[in-house]
Parts: sequence; C-alpha cells; structure tokens
Amino acid sequence: MKDKMNPSLRQAAGYQEKRNSREFIRRSLKRDSLPDLPLKQVQGSAGSPRLSIRSSSSNCYCGGRASPRSKLRAIRRRRIKKVIILGSGALKIGEAGEFDYSGSQALKALKEEGIKTILINPNVATIQTSENIADTIYFLPVTPYFVEKVIKKERPDGILLAFGGQTALNCGVELFNNKILKKYKVKVIGTPVKAIINTEDRHCFVKRLAEINVSVPKSIAVTNLEQAKRVAKKIGYPIIIRAAYTLGGQGSGFADSEQRLTELASQAFSYTHQILIEESLEGWKEIEYEVVRDKYDNCITVCNMENFDPLGIHTGESIVVAPSQTLNNKEYHKLRHLSIKVIKHLGIIGECNIQFTLDPTSEDYRVIEVNARLSRSSALASKATGYPLAFIAAKLGLGYSLSELKNSVTKSTTACFEPALDYIVCKIPRWDLGKFKLVAQEIGSSMKSVGEVMAIGRNFEEVIQKALRMVGLGMHGFVGNNSINLNHSIEKELTNPTDRRIFAIEQAFKRGFSVEKISNLTKIDKWFLFKLKNIIDTEKELKKINLIQKIPKALLLRAKQQGFSDFQIARSVLKDEKGSMDRKLLKVRAVRKKLAVLPFVKQIDTLAAEYPAKTNYLYLTYDAQEHDIEFKKQDKPVIVLGSGAYRIGSSVEFDWCCVNAVLALAKKGYKTVMINYNPETVSTDYDICDKLFFDELTFERVLDIYELEKPQGVIVSMGGQIPNNLAIKLYNQKVKILGTSPVSIDNAEDRHKFSKLLDELAVDQPEWKELSNLNEIHKFANDVGYPVLIRPSYVLSGAAMHVVTDPSQLNFFLKMAVNISKKYPVVVSKFIIGAKEIEIDAVARNGKILCYALSEHVEHAGVHSGDATIVFPPQKTYLETVRRIKKITRQIASRLKISGPFNIQFLAKENDIKVIECNLRASRSFPFVSKVLKVNFIELATRVMLGEKVKKSNKSLFELDYVSVKAPQFSFTRLQGADPILGVEMASTGEVACLGDDFHEALLKSMISVGWRFPKKNILLSTGPVESKAELLDSIRELERQKYTLYATRGTAQFLKRNGVNSKILFWPNEKKEPNTKSYIKEKKIDLVINIPKNYEEEELSNDYIIRRTAVDFNVPLLTNTRLAKATVDAICKKSLNQLTIKSWNEYN
Amino acid sequence: MASKKIQLTLEDSTVFTGQSFGAKKSVAGEMVFNTGMVGYPESLTDPSYQGQILILTYPLIGNYGVPSNAIEHGLAKNFESNRIQIAGLIIAGYSSEYHHWNATKSLADWLKKSNIPAIQGIDTRALTKRLREKGTMLGKIIYQDDIELMDPNKYNLVEKVSTKKKTIYGKGSIKILLVDTGAKFNIIRCLLKRNVKVVRVPWDYDFSREKYDGLLIGNGPGDPKMCKKTIANLKGALIKNKPIFGICLGNQLLGLAGGGDTYKLKYGHRSQNQPCLLVGTKRCFITSQNHGFAVNNKSLQKDWDLWFINANDNSCEGIKHKTKPFFSVQFHPEASAGPVDTEFLFNDFIELVKKYKK
Repeated sequence: MKDKMNPSLRQAAGYQEKRNSREFIRRSLKRDSLPDLPLKQVQGSAGSPRLSIRSSSSNCYCGGRASPRSKLRAIRRRRIKKVIILGSGALKIGEAGEFDYSGSQALKALKEEGIKTILINPNVATIQTSENIADTIYFLPVTPYFVEKVIKKERPDGILLAFGGQTALNCGVELFNNKILKKYKVKVIGTPVKAIINTEDRHCFVKRLAEINVSVPKSIAVTNLEQAKRVAKKIGYPIIIRAAYTLGGQGSGFADSEQRLTELASQAFSYTHQILIEESLEGWKEIEYEVVRDKYDNCITVCNMENFDPLGIHTGESIVVAPSQTLNNKEYHKLRHLSIKVIKHLGIIGECNIQFTLDPTSEDYRVIEVNARLSRSSALASKATGYPLAFIAAKLGLGYSLSELKNSVTKSTTACFEPALDYIVCKIPRWDLGKFKLVAQEIGSSMKSVGEVMAIGRNFEEVIQKALRMVGLGMHGFVGNNSINLNHSIEKELTNPTDRRIFAIEQAFKRGFSVEKISNLTKIDKWFLFKLKNIIDTEKELKKINLIQKIPKALLLRAKQQGFSDFQIARSVLKDEKGSMDRKLLKVRAVRKKLAVLPFVKQIDTLAAEYPAKTNYLYLTYDAQEHDIEFKKQDKPVIVLGSGAYRIGSSVEFDWCCVNAVLALAKKGYKTVMINYNPETVSTDYDICDKLFFDELTFERVLDIYELEKPQGVIVSMGGQIPNNLAIKLYNQKVKILGTSPVSIDNAEDRHKFSKLLDELAVDQPEWKELSNLNEIHKFANDVGYPVLIRPSYVLSGAAMHVVTDPSQLNFFLKMAVNISKKYPVVVSKFIIGAKEIEIDAVARNGKILCYALSEHVEHAGVHSGDATIVFPPQKTYLETVRRIKKITRQIASRLKISGPFNIQFLAKENDIKVIECNLRASRSFPFVSKVLKVNFIELATRVMLGEKVKKSNKSLFELDYVSVKAPQFSFTRLQGADPILGVEMASTGEVACLGDDFHEALLKSMISVGWRFPKKNILLSTGPVESKAELLDSIRELERQKYTLYATRGTAQFLKRNGVNSKILFWPNEKKEPNTKSYIKEKKIDLVINIPKNYEEEELSNDYIIRRTAVDFNVPLLTNTRLAKATVDAICKKSLNQLTIKSWNEYN
Repeated sequence: MASKKIQLTLEDSTVFTGQSFGAKKSVAGEMVFNTGMVGYPESLTDPSYQGQILILTYPLIGNYGVPSNAIEHGLAKNFESNRIQIAGLIIAGYSSEYHHWNATKSLADWLKKSNIPAIQGIDTRALTKRLREKGTMLGKIIYQDDIELMDPNKYNLVEKVSTKKKTIYGKGSIKILLVDTGAKFNIIRCLLKRNVKVVRVPWDYDFSREKYDGLLIGNGPGDPKMCKKTIANLKGALIKNKPIFGICLGNQLLGLAGGGDTYKLKYGHRSQNQPCLLVGTKRCFITSQNHGFAVNNKSLQKDWDLWFINANDNSCEGIKHKTKPFFSVQFHPEASAGPVDTEFLFNDFIELVKKYKK
C-alpha cells in the first residue's frame, strides 16, 4: 500500500511542483474547501461541506458562477489597459457621498496598475472628478445612452460597475442586457453581471439561496382571500400583509389572527389584485457583514455591524454599531459563515454586503438581502475598521488574490485578514425632515436620512453621546439638551419610531420607565438600554453637584468616559450660575485640566495592537491611560477642519474643498491634520493627510487637538458653516486661525454688523429689521410692502423661512414660531419679486481679489441658491451689472481684509444691485467654478492663507468658449408626501454640472443627469398665476409648433386658447372626472408635467400639490419653476438628444 | 457595582490599576492577549490558557453574560472544558448588566464562583502594545496581598489540564483516539458530528497497544517540550500507517516527534483573524489561534513538508508528512471561539481514516 501511495501523494502536493497556475485557479474555483489538499485528492473523498454549484434551467441567471473559467482566461490573455468606471451622479437620499469615496479609491487602485481610467460622473463636487484622479472625465449622465456613446468613443477593455452605487449597477446591468458590452467587447471587472442579477432579482435570489439551504423571510403572493388565509396558516401567525403595487403601504399591516387578516386583506383587495403574505420577524435583530472574495475563492468578512434599532427600520435609518455587541461567538460566527457561503455561491468577486435578521431568542436567522457592490455600509465598514474595501475590491477585480495585497495600515501584514477592533463605532443617520413640507416624520423601511456620522470610542455610552453631538441638530448628547417636543405620547414615540426616538428613550427613562418596559415598546436589545441608563444615572449624579470646584475627580472622569461634553457637565452642574454657556464650559474645562482629566489619542490599526500601524488614523477617548502616538514639536502641522455630516445645504462640495486644502498644504511641504467624522467622505481617508482625527468638530474637541498638536494654525474656511461658526470662539482662546481674521468673519456673519458695514460702503441691501413683537412685524411689513421674507429664530417644526404675501399669511407662519421675544426675534426683510440672483466666488489676499467666478441663477430670487440652476459663465447678465458687482466685491473684500475664499450673493433688478449674503469661506460652488474655469480656487486660497505671495490669476471667465450648468438633485421620491416645490429653504440633496458648447446643451445634459427625460409626446401644463402663464406662452407656442400634444388644466387651457394655442383639458384631481390629471399621470400618458404653484407658500393639500406629488410618485418629469420651465422648454425645442456632444472635460478648452 | 482597587504589575515593573470584578485574590502568571471580539466563555475555558493571565483587547466584555452548564454528549455544551482555565482576566470595560437569551449568569458571578480574579478599567491597548514591543511577560494581579511572579512554562501544564482517565464518547465503526493534552471540547464535538467513536485518553497514555483507526493530538498549554511522554508515544505511531491529525500543540508535538524543533514566539498568536496560506498556492484561510510556541520551519526533517504558513509572519501553521497520512495544523479548525472556515479538515481527516481502514 505504501508503495502505491507514494507517487500520487507526491504529485498531488501542490507546492512540490511548479503548477500551471491556470489549472490551479480552475480547480480552486470548483469547491469550497482546500483546493490542493493532498489528502483529499489522493483519496478522492467527497466529505467536505461543499457548496453545490449546479445550473438550473430557469430564465434567471441561476446557472452558477458565470463561467469563471472562460472569464479568467480572457483576462489573462489580454491585459486590461483602459477601463471605464461609472460614478453615481448627484448625491441623493440612499446614494450619497460614500460613492465618491469608493470611486476615488478604485481609481487610485487602477492608477497604481498603470491602467488608463475613464470616469463618467456628472457630480462636479466630488473628489473623483478632480484632476489627476481619473485620466479622462466625462461630466455626463450615467445612463445607458450616454455610457454607450462614451464606450463607442473611448473603446475601453473593461468597465467597473460596483463603485457607483445603484445608479452604476443598474446602468451596467442594462448595458449588459442590451448586449452593448458584448458589442464593444467590454469586460466587466469584478463581480460578473450574472451574479449581480442574482442578487438584484428577488426571484433569482431566493432560488439561489434555496440551493444552499439558506433561509430568507417567507413571503408568498396571493390573489384572493381564501388563498391568503391558507398561506397565513402555513406560515404561521403573526404575519405581515403587503399590498403589491400600492404606494405608501396602503392596505399593508400586521395580523396576529385570521380575523385581522380578513379585515386587512379585504381592504387591500379592493384596489390591488395581489398581496404578499410574509412571516413577521418583528423585533428581530438586524446584522450586516461586509464580505470580500477574490477569484481564488479566498473569502473574508471585514466587519460586522449591529443595528441598535431592530428589523423594520432600514439600516440606513438605523443607529448602527460595529462590531456587533449583543451576539455571542456562535451567533457571530454562524452568520459570518453563512455570509461566506452565500457570497461564494453567488460568485461575487470584490466586495459585497449581506444583511441578516437574527431571532433575539434563538439562533434562527434570515438573509434579507445582498448588495453585490460597494455600498453605504461598506463605506462605513471601511472607516470603522481602517480596511480600504473599495481599493481592495478594485484590485481583486483585476485578478489579484487577497494574500498578495498588503494591509494598508500596517504595510507589513497581508490584506487577507479580518480586522480586530479594540474600540466601538456608532453611526447615526442625519435627517433633515424639517426642511420639507408635508413629509411623514416616521422612519421605517425606506431611507429618508441625508447623511450620517460615525463616532469612535472605547465604550457605548461614549460613542452614542459623541455621535448625537456630531449629527449637528443642536443636541449635546443623550442628555443635557433643550427639552424636545415629541409629537405623540411617549409610548407611541417609542413604538412608532420617528427621527427623534432616541430622545423619546431619554424622556422615558426620566419619567421612570424601566429598561424592561422600554425594551418591550421599542424591541431594542436591553444591553443598549442598560448602557443608555448609565448615562441617565451619571447625569443625576452630576446634577447633585452645584459647584464645579466640588466635583469629585472620579465622577468627572466617569462622565467624560461616558462621552459627556464639557457643555453637558456645565449644564448639569452650573445650572444656577448666571453667564453664557460659552463661559461656563470654559470653567468646566479649567477644572477638568486642573484635575488632570484629559483625553488620550488612540490609533486605529486594524489588528488591535498586534502589529504596529504605519498610519495615523486617530480618535480621542477618556477611557484610556496613555497616548498611542507622540507629538513632535518640530511637526508644526496645519489643521484643517472638515465639514461634518452631509445634510441639506452642506455636502460633498465642502469635502472637496477640505481635501484640496490638505493636498495644497502637503504640496508645500506642510504636515497636515484633518478633523472630520463623516464616514462618507474622502477627507476621512487616513492616507489623505498626515494625521486624521476621526472626531468631533466641537469647540471642546478642536481645542483638545489644538493643545496636543500645537500647530502653525487652523483652517476654518473649507468645511462650510460648522468650522466657520467655530472661528471666533477659537480665536478668543488664542487659537491661530489662518487666513481671513475671525473678527472679519464675525462682521460678515453678524447680520447687524454686516448691514452697518454695507451702509458705510453705500452698498444697497434689501430692507430688513430684527423684531420681537407682532405689531412691529406687521408695521414693518406694511411699510416696506408685501411680500416679505420672515425668519423666526425658533420654530416647532417645518421650514424656518417663509415668504409671505399678505397679513393673514404672516399671522399663520408667525404662529408656528414657538415664542417671539427679545431672545428669539424674527428677522423680516423685503422680498423682491422678479430679481435675478448672481453669485460671486472668489479668493482674495489682504483684501485684494486674486481670482473670481461670477455665475447667474436661472430661477429668480426666491429659490434658495442651493436649489437654483446655475449658469457659469453667465449668459444673460449685463456687462454693466458684472462691472458693478465686481466693484462691490472689491469694496467688501478690501473692507473685511479678506485673505482666503469667499462668496457673495447679489440680487439684480433693472440695474439695481443688492447684496443679500456674504460668506468668508469657501462656498458650495467652489468645486464647480474651479473645475469649469480650470483654476483651483482652493489651492490658491490655501496658499494665500499660508502667507504666500500668490499671483493674480489671469484666466478670465470671459474667455471660456463653453458653458456649464449646475443643476440640483432632489430626492422627493424618497420623501413620502413632501411637496416638490422650490422655495427659500433648500430642499435639494445634491447637484451635478455638465458642460456644453452652449447653454441649451449644458442645461439639457444637467437636467438628464438629475433624472429628467426628454418628453416624447404629451405635456401637461398647469402654469399658475397669470404672470407665469404669460411668461411661458412663447415657449408653449413653440412646443405646439414642434407637434407636442398639450394637455392643460382648465384655467391654463382657457388662457392658451385665448392666445391661439390648442390644448386638451384634463380635470383637476378633486373633480374625480375623466379625463383626469391624476389618472393621466398615473397611467404614464404624460411625459412631462409643468406645474407652477400659484403662491410662494401654499400649505394646504391642494389640487396642484396632488398633481406634483403624483408626478413624483410615478416618476414623470416635473418642472415647477417658471424660469426653469421656460429655459428647459426652449432647450428641448432647439436641441434633440442626439445633438448633445460627447466631450470629455479635457476637450473643453 | 461595588469594585475595589486592584492592580496589575508586569515583569518590567509597569503597573496598571483598575477595578476588581472577579475573585478577591492575587494571582501570578504569564501575560497574553487575545484580539478576538467575541467568545469570552469559550476562551476562558480553553485549557491552552492554563497558567496565563488573559488580556482581552476588545474593550466591551460581559455583554451577553455566560451560558448555562448544560451537558451534551457528556461534555459541557457551552464551554471548552469543565472550568475556567485562565489564571486571571484583564479587560477595559465590563458590562455589569448583560442580556442574552442563552445567559444564566453574569461574567463577574462566574469568575467569582470559579475563584478567578479579574480587573476592568485597564487601558488594554497600552498594555497590549507593551507586550507586543517587549514580548510576552510575566505578570501578577495584586489584590491586597503581593505575591511572587511565576513562570507557568516551567511546569508541565498539560498534566494539569489533561483528563485522568480514558473516556469514550459516541458510537460508530470508526474509532478515533484523542490524546488529551488539554483538547478543547469542540474538537470532540467536531469528531462526534461526523459519527465516529472518540476515545479520549490522558496525555501520557501509552496507546501503542490500543486499537484505533485514527489518532488526534489536540491543543494544550505551555511548552511542547514538556510533553516528553506524548512525544515518545507519537514517535511510535509515526512508524505505523494510521492517519494522525494534530491541532495546535498537536502540531508542535508532531513536529518534535518527527525530528523538528520548536521555539517560543515573541508574543504568540491569539486571535480569530490569523491568515494561513496553503504553501505554494494563493489560498489563504482565516483561522482562530491560541499559541505561544511554534515549529521552526527550518527544523523540519526531509520527510516532512511545510503545509501552511502564517501570511503575516511566515511562521509554521501546518506540517504534513511527504508519504504517510500524517498532518497537523497550528491553528484551530474546531474554532470556538472563532471562524469555522477550516472545519472541513475534520472531514478530510475522517475520510482519510476511512480510506486507510479499508
């Protein structure tokens, strides 16, 4: 026997002979266990827990692993030299900044390989669309039409679909299905499209998972009541009923008995033919794993995450911790093992995310979904662990094995490992529901949040308190906040979560609810609640103390370890003391330092200190005894303050500014320190700067870091309003602020000071007054004349700013302001109708302008500048206006001695120019104008702030032979009920900008980029007040000439008829008569809706609102602004889709 | 939670202070750290930790309490041995209130009942870095009374943790002889799952006349060279042709029996994320590990091949005989705590045993 075994054993021992690598790969892909395990091959055993990979004959791609063999051969045969990578377009709810981060990392990985990269992404504010990141950039819509045009022009070898969110994935799948990729011989790099389809198509997904006995939630479609009863019995009560094809979940619900089922199902069947009966997993835990797999079948889970909120709340809407906290070893590794099993079976190459739900009373589980691409969670996991998922995923797509790649933190160990954390992170979403009218406040299975924050610490109390502050909605942590007004009873708030549930928990504790009771109502695991209770208890202890000098060190330390800020401590202890909070928290700080209660800097190193880290990815904690790093005196770094959570009004554009400032500093040889806490950003990549503090942007924390680092100075003008607001407070503590003096910043920020300054310069501004009683407000409004813009300082809910047209409206909105007093005054200003809005972005040095960009809004004043469509260079602004604006800008710059970036907004009407706002910081449009003009304003500004003698830029906007249009992206589809109109409060979540040879072309490309489509035939008109009816008449005539079919509501139709334009009348929604506007939109008989609201502010559920909302719900393009509607109609009448040129950024010169 | 001041003193005189949450006593041992994020009940009962003061680098411990002492197949169902094996426990943050459906007591209660001291409130990261830089050290937990340092590696720890009598588990036509040098219960469970009969014998049991189909040498504590009797017995088995599978200490013992040498690692591998490369391939496995000693790669005799290596430091993670059915791994295919990715090795072992039985 011995003799017989010898030769075969030898032969099978893979490492004894130089093996043909292709042969090896082929075999390694065949099974789950050891490919070269000699024992098995010799014995020919079949005992391993293999994953069966059998083909099936169904229509979906259940046929295994997309023939990896042939694919690998192809890659080997022809080295990839040029690839296209698809971006995700504008930031929107559910698809935000995380894809700038993942795309940028992928581009970096490709660049390292010497591969030529072509990026298609119209999002002008991103890092990835900057110079030197991709070789060629197309600011074009990520749609199959445009991507095909680019493929045809560029002829790439490969395409990456996994780095641009759902947008890129959907586009890629469509290109695959249309055989465009095949036609142009473009290989998909990374996970094969067939595998993607298996994760995206629910039917295929369930089928594929069933093949390996992995459970998914039971869900069965039924078409009548009897069937429903039968199925419900089979699944077992309680069950969930989901009515298919209805919006807003009508007819859906929870049934714990056949009686309840009968009620709900009967109701549902009255308007739908099919309902889903699903097993109820109410109260189950939600756990995610981020999984990486290479083509050699090596598989790792980089991170797991646990939702604080149980199943039912979208993971993007949940508070999430990493790693999981309430799972034991068996549960953790059972789910981990299942993740790997699923991912291997689906054949994913690169990165993917898998979501589970776990029974809180057993080891039972279900797989909820798999995302075969980089996702929001993967960005979070990257930041939570320090493992660069997107970078690694791109490399694996190119054919590397995990073990060939290095851990980019230690630089010595392999990338084939699973990070061990010695800290906890907590993510909290950022909602801006208050910005929208009529939107439902409840959070649930669909995303509404616009951004998120991540806190790092050594215990849960610390991270949740940090994160609650980071969210930036005025909260100081879990306790110590101004009283929060809950809309409902506390029980209801706990059971039906809104964006404020965490504070409902706080109030519940304070009203004496037990952990048990809160857990029963919320289904949140008791462990989390115990920890929250600790915070409540510590606050109680603190409140017993009345003199800060008397605080015991142990208590102070405990509070700091539990994440209490000095502010929270001041509020608890110094409650009876007079004076400003700013002064009180400085008192706490002084006592704290005296008692040597100080934070320590810890490093994120991926291996829990097992190997030394070569990077400085840092956080601060009080739950420690020493610093991880040394602070070198000679470093003298420059600190750049980041922009915090993405939210409406501040998003990826400020990250672009921060990153560019850091890069400019590094270029000049400075050591750089970044402070930011937004996991979706590029600025929080630890290789961007010398040191990254992933921590709070509060006065307290910035000062902590300042005192440790002893830097040359701090840059506050890149990260938007958060750092800008810190400027004067830091300055008062002798922090060296680089660039424009904080005193000047304060002069521009303070309404009274700035107004006085403008008066002194004889620069005009809209009349305004700060008032604190109703009579004065009415009197002022009468004096200046309606409409007026009101801005209360404190409101219950809903948007803060309103334009009001008469006294009754004024009363209505003032009622919404909780209290109007000297402490909470109302600012009332004259609102100018029909004024043009013009912005200037510029950089000055010692008050002298070095470069500037002037852009105009398509919409008239009244639309927030963040929601406006912006044209650069301006096409319709008089030269005289430009000259006068430049003059005013020079005066202001000189007066405020600006050294750095700034932005001024103007109103222009009949040659009257008024200043409405001035910000002595980089603005939202800096990346836009920098990229269009091809002058990096931020680099110049940074050099100015360093004191360099920067030369004036000689590039003028008048020399540009092309036009760019920046268009806002709205996320109304995600915000159930929200009225999709534009107003003085910003509502857009993102933006794009496209270039064109003329205005029409640039506008159309931008509009298509934000989801707009060319109408095929039918247009519905409801053109609002008579002025807008008149303004749109010529454009509508042109539509008629171009043979579009026009439908109109009654008034509009009559107006058109009087003016010789024919249209078909559709009834108003409430008329319930056919042909009706609502049913026409629902049935997609309309390709474009133009609906102009009659008033600036219309709150009631009017017919107009229903038309707009139906258009949004049924994805029909909608225009609600007269000026934009006119511009767009004019553009479609002049240009067709195929006339839009396919030119890269470089080609515009 | 009432907690008394307690301190930890290292061999190099570094002192860390924290709060006591275990037994009120002093203890000395070898300081080791584990970077796994879950699985403290499993780790604490792992006999390989005998004589060691364990530092858990994950800072939130005790969250899910401790499960019951239920017995299954004659073994404690939820643990890796019948008692806590560590000498003492060092952590950053203890969750005095736990919650889990499977828990019956708190970690603190368990420690107290088992007479094991524990400290919380320690900067475990700072402590771990010290051990990483200076190498494994001795240390002592001092609760009121000071005691002497003690090097457990000078003792035969295996003798301490091994079973005293032969025990039979399960039924089946295949008979696996498990030499208990401190084997974790999950090794037995992994075998039983595969429908074999397991005969567990003491570490120094002379099995030369025992009838068996396959031999398994499990994990265990301390310096492998202390197990002279086991090595001698193994040498006898190497002459035969019955399949042998070694795990962890079993890997070192097989290495020594096969003429190789072992050495002490600077600070060992104790974690759930150790990458092990199958030599000569690009296949890499994530494994659970707990060892302070390793086989010297260069010491292998010509009959033996290096089978797996650690992808981080190239240390030996597995060896395999060139012609005979003998193989072993330094990592833990039985996991517990840790990833189960290499559990298939048990399949392969049993299949091999079956083949050889024919």
